[in-house]
Amino acid sequence: MQLDWSALGQVAAVSVGVTVAVVTVFALGVLGLARVEAAREENGTGSSTVGLTQAGLCFVACAAVVGYGIYLIVPQFH
Amino acid sequence: MDHITFLVAVVIVTALAFDFTNGFHDTANAMATSIATGALTPRTAVLVSGVLNVVGAFLSTEVAKTISGGIVDDSLVTPGMIFAGLVGAILWNLLTWLVGLPSSSSHALFGGLIGAVWVGAGAHGVHFDKVVEKVLIPAVASPVVAGVAALLATYLAYRLTDRARKKSVTKGFRAGQIASASLVSLAHGTNDAQKTMGVITLTLISTGALGHDAGPPLWVIASAGLAIGLGTYLGGWRIIRTMGKGLTEIQSPQGFAAETASTTVILTSAHLGFALSTTQVASGSILGAGLGRRLAEVRWGVAGRMVIAWMVTLPAAAVVGGVSASVVTNGGNIGAAVVALVGAALATGIVVLSRRNPVHAQNVNDTHEVTLRTGPPATVGSAA
Repeated sequence: MQLDWSALGQVAAVSVGVTVAVVTVFALGVLGLARVEAAREENGTGSSTVGLTQAGLCFVACAAVVGYGIYLIVPQFH
Repeated sequence: MDHITFLVAVVIVTALAFDFTNGFHDTANAMATSIATGALTPRTAVLVSGVLNVVGAFLSTEVAKTISGGIVDDSLVTPGMIFAGLVGAILWNLLTWLVGLPSSSSHALFGGLIGAVWVGAGAHGVHFDKVVEKVLIPAVASPVVAGVAALLATYLAYRLTDRARKKSVTKGFRAGQIASASLVSLAHGTNDAQKTMGVITLTLISTGALGHDAGPPLWVIASAGLAIGLGTYLGGWRIIRTMGKGLTEIQSPQGFAAETASTTVILTSAHLGFALSTTQVASGSILGAGLGRRLAEVRWGVAGRMVIAWMVTLPAAAVVGGVSASVVTNGGNIGAAVVALVGAALATGIVVLSRRNPVHAQNVNDTHEVTLRTGPPATVGSAA
């Protein structure tokens, strides 16, 4: 029996890398959203453009990863 | 349809029953953390998961080409052995559900088949090196990888959002959880329903009802998809409680990190051809997420019992599968009927036992323990 250590290492590296990246980007998006909500609460009608942009970019990036995940799951796409 | 003998009919019914237990045993993998954090209500969670499992079953065309993935010699396998193996897997799934332990449905199926083939065809029918390669190594490696990924991600998520408003953070991650949990469910449907389809299709091929290399007929796809979806929708609340509450108290950033870790580990390994257990990956992720949050309590006793269940799953299912196989091989149709009746009786017994302390959608988050005893009656000591 031979074990494919390199494939196992690949799974480990890719999994850890992707998970950390997705969660970090998502956390940044949540931060942006929190900023928007904080601004809205402080001055009534005001909003935070920076926060909104940050949240938008981060969530779009996460959505792209989800899309790729669905692409991997559904064999008809390959 | 005259190819379908009594035994084949029994195998199909048993395979669908296994698929059903597979569904409700594994709801927790995708949904336990979302239910625990309130990202989804229990009822919505199982509905979403059930539907996605059915969708997944129809989507995937890559039906398992072998019954066991090479763990046993498929040319020696008879419908009787498949039946015996399935009985072993079902009983083990039900027993672990009763005590609320997440154990791998795939390992139960492999174990049942190994036992049945060992008894029915001899030890040479079992490829032990494949068992190590396909079962043992991934079983050790995958939860560790998922756990490390979830630990790092959780730690970073808390560090990054440390100063932000707690309410916004919780809300944001809850929304994210809906997407990440749904992906786990979809991946589960494409994987696990295929196993049952493979078992039924190969049984039909072995009796000549289908030609060689035939794909699964539509009724097989539909019934397997519905069985796993229905099982998922019914919800294995006992296991959901253990995974969502028992291992550690989960907050929404942890839930998101755990589900993301599970999804990536499942998808990358499937992509590279590793067979692994969704259950073990999800449990590893949840433990990692528990360790990644400062001051989060991880109940190592629960984790330890879970690991023991993982180690026992394969041999225990193998013993039941072996015993059933010897009855079926020696007793023919009557033997199969006896095994089916005894199996059904044991399954009913387990369900009746579970009624003593039922866990359902309404009380799943109330406590972190799954016990068989109900609390002491309130009127103890009153004069009677």
